[in-house]
Amino acid sequence: MVTMRLSDTQRLLAPKAAPLSDVTQVMRRLHVDGPLLVGLLLICGFGLFILYSAVGESNRLLTNQVIRLSVAFTAMFIVAQLPPDFMRRWTPWGYLAGLVLLVLVLTKGDVGQGARRWLDIGIRFQPSEAMKLAVPMMTAWYLHDRQIPPKLRHLAAIAVMIIVPTLLIAKQPDLGTALLIAASGVIVILLAGISFKLIAGLGVAAVPGAFLLWNFMKDYQKQRVLTLLNPDSDPLGAGYNIIQSKIAIGSGGLFGKGWTNGSQAHLEFLPERDTDFIFAVLGEEFGLLGVLTLLALYMFVIGRGLYIAVQARDTFSRLLAGSISLTFMVYVFVNTAMVTGLIPVVGVPLPLVSFGGTSMVTLMAGFGILMSIHSHRKLLPH
Amino acid sequence: MSSLLSPIKDVHSERRLFLARVVLATVISVVLLGVVVARLVQLQVVNHELFAEKAQGNRVRIEPVPPIRGLVFDRKGRVIAENLPAYQLELIPEQVADIDDTLNRLAAINLIEFEDIERFKELSRSGPRFKPVTLKFRLTEQEIANFAIQRPRFPGIDFQPRLVRHYPDGPEVAHAVGYVGALSTEDLQRLDPSAYAGTSHTGKTGVESSFESDLHGDVGFRHLITNARGRQVPSDTSELLDSLPVDQTPMPGSNVYLSIDLDLQKIATKALEGRRGALVALDPWTGEILALVSTPSFDPNLFAVGMTTSQYGELRDNPDRPLFNRALRGAYPPGSTIKPMLALAALETGATNLTRKTLCRGYFTLPNDPHRYRDWKPEGHGSVDLHDAIEQSCDVYFYEISVDIGIDAMHDYLDRFGLGTPTGIDVLGESAGLVPSREWKRKAFSDRDNQRWYHGETVIASIGQGFMLATPLQLASAVGTLATRGKRFRPHMVAAVEDALTGERRMIRPERLPDVEISNDFYWDSVLGAMHDVMQGTRGTARAVGLGAPYEMAGKSGTAQVVSIAQDEEYDEQELRERLRDHALFVAFAPFDEPRIAVALIVENGESGSGVAAPIARSIMDAYLGYGDDAP
Repeated sequence: MVTMRLSDTQRLLAPKAAPLSDVTQVMRRLHVDGPLLVGLLLICGFGLFILYSAVGESNRLLTNQVIRLSVAFTAMFIVAQLPPDFMRRWTPWGYLAGLVLLVLVLTKGDVGQGARRWLDIGIRFQPSEAMKLAVPMMTAWYLHDRQIPPKLRHLAAIAVMIIVPTLLIAKQPDLGTALLIAASGVIVILLAGISFKLIAGLGVAAVPGAFLLWNFMKDYQKQRVLTLLNPDSDPLGAGYNIIQSKIAIGSGGLFGKGWTNGSQAHLEFLPERDTDFIFAVLGEEFGLLGVLTLLALYMFVIGRGLYIAVQARDTFSRLLAGSISLTFMVYVFVNTAMVTGLIPVVGVPLPLVSFGGTSMVTLMAGFGILMSIHSHRKLLPH
Repeated sequence: MSSLLSPIKDVHSERRLFLARVVLATVISVVLLGVVVARLVQLQVVNHELFAEKAQGNRVRIEPVPPIRGLVFDRKGRVIAENLPAYQLELIPEQVADIDDTLNRLAAINLIEFEDIERFKELSRSGPRFKPVTLKFRLTEQEIANFAIQRPRFPGIDFQPRLVRHYPDGPEVAHAVGYVGALSTEDLQRLDPSAYAGTSHTGKTGVESSFESDLHGDVGFRHLITNARGRQVPSDTSELLDSLPVDQTPMPGSNVYLSIDLDLQKIATKALEGRRGALVALDPWTGEILALVSTPSFDPNLFAVGMTTSQYGELRDNPDRPLFNRALRGAYPPGSTIKPMLALAALETGATNLTRKTLCRGYFTLPNDPHRYRDWKPEGHGSVDLHDAIEQSCDVYFYEISVDIGIDAMHDYLDRFGLGTPTGIDVLGESAGLVPSREWKRKAFSDRDNQRWYHGETVIASIGQGFMLATPLQLASAVGTLATRGKRFRPHMVAAVEDALTGERRMIRPERLPDVEISNDFYWDSVLGAMHDVMQGTRGTARAVGLGAPYEMAGKSGTAQVVSIAQDEEYDEQELRERLRDHALFVAFAPFDEPRIAVALIVENGESGSGVAAPIARSIMDAYLGYGDDAP
């Protein structure tokens, strides 16, 4: 109820606030953050260019991706209209529903490519995608009413909130998503001001955790880790992806071979070039210049997200916005580091650029949350 | 509501803490992305050249271009082996949805055989998916027409033009020129795989095999732009072609001229038609093979084109063994054909002289041994000297002098004529034959009884029976040595090798072998005179054959007992009787004074050397000397 009243106040106060340009005003009413939107549109536009080349100049596949982007942007816009307080109140229920769906996936989900990730209830979707937002929201919700930095027992509760869905997803198996979800939860804890002593302690505890994880991993996942350590040991097998993507990127040089002129990509040497390895296509065709441009756009979006987090007025919004922005950063880092052969090949797409729709909707919904947090700010001086 | 449940929150300190953490996170983010950027600089700037080279190496594939195989001609320049464009049926695995079903339907319209389906399935699984599998090497026009109508029903099946080895006179030259067949894994262990990249066939027997290095030529190569699966990318999509290294055109194989005379070859084949036999004719002054025939023969085109399993089975299991080259590999008891050589040995060693006479009563006995060694003529030849013994082929005379010559001297002289060792002809696979000796027997057997040499064995060796074996090629070479009075030349089939591009010819020079030295020329006169009378004397065994010839000739008949029939071979009773008959042999040369051709032949189970084999030798000599009906 408090929310409603504050909202009204905001609406009443808006015209009297500092003079705003017409555009800003319209954006504000639509609950859209201008800089963030521009950054996202630039990334997606550049992404479409790269994708067109990566899918072999297929107009059909490009149209497909444009449709997915439209759906994702629509999702972002809708989410942006929901006030943060409203979201916070529904968070526990959403999280619980997500857990139930994850259990359902494991028992009666559809199998695709050796993993059980899909659930068909009228529409087919991956509950793990919903969890990418539900986990940081839940942890932020939990800390909203509690003392910051959190006490140890609260941390224990949060740990359970993170570990349960992570394990359920790792069991599907979908190691990439599981790690990202765990990261999004851990980021909330870190932003909440947990002491560095504790972080160090957790770091030490992570060592046995890593061993536990190793046992959880499927053979192909273990192979990926081993291959990273020495990709040339198996040049035609598991190391092939990394070797070919390094060749693609390296041969691109400073300025690249030119759009649609990448021989690695177009002569099919580069595997998964339209999905996880699309960054290599960018590196080959647009060179270091193109790669730095895209990374700069990402940094801009992440920076804007962190600015929104800092500007946020309550704990929930603050932690959630920070987590969403930094998780996005993790996405970018994991994908680019993997394609350049710095870390093992985990199935993480290059956000907003890789072909495929499921994760795109989740990502854009996350940016919708950021916009909502920023545009629903109380403009009262504090 | 919530504030009641939790301790009072210090909003300001919380914001400060959060801000600090965000700053920290930003720093970490920048560091992490900085690592990625550093990595990108390493890949794209520092190591750019290396990766650029690797990318280039990735897409350029070197494809071998097979050379065109050299042609084979006879001594008069007539084609024996050529390359003809032919359409072959191919299956491209990646374009065929259901390989099983497609092959079955192809078999149903008789383009392939059902029993080969498994083999083709295996082939289409083993190679790259885009690489065509040849189902049939040569389609007849009828088959092309038939398939053309049905083509829409067979996606991924097509016919392609290729060069296929072709032997216009197939069966008539098969054992002389040999044949090519599909390159096998075993071939590649013998040959240099890189030189044969792209080559589909290789010589398997005969000249095709022995002169493979001349005929094959040198492989060329060209550069292709390919994708990751090795498939060629249409060149219009890549402007990179210009930057490729220069292609190398293949060097066609050399043409080979045989000393074979196609006419003689055909006449001999015709004369031996329906028989199991072999004939070798050569020029005694050079060793050039003029004809080399083994019957029954086979069509070498079947190997070049590819046979169905049943076709090959039929050839392989045929009891007449058409694939067996009797002229080179058939080792037969030479029978009386060796008598002229033994006569020279006897004269030279003093075991006999030109006036010594023996009374032939139709049999011979060794002292203290009741066993009768029979003459072919039961009533005997009466009183015979060496000339008569050769002319009438008296066995008893030779039985008698054999004891005086002794087996080791016999071995020594026959060895000088080249019997018992491979002639060294320029094609592979000849057998050595066998001329027994004491030493040989000691080595050949393990038990003491068999290691001993018995007098009786010397006796039967003197008429070319017992252990003694010779190939038609060896006999032809030996009779050629008689014709030249001891001058020997290594038999060879290839007269010249011609560079296909420049036309430059490398002539193969006759290779002189050590002479057979006979101290007295008069011995030659006597023995060769007796051989002359075999064909043109009053009592010669083959005088009917030499009758009315416009030139003079010399010869010697031979009849060899069939020693045994291999136990695993099955014949019906009538056939068994046929196959137990004696082999008929004949050796001859002409013209008598200036020999130009020497012939040796065998007709398996032909019974009479002078009656069955001699007329064939005559027809060959007639033809070669220009007196035949179908003389060249």
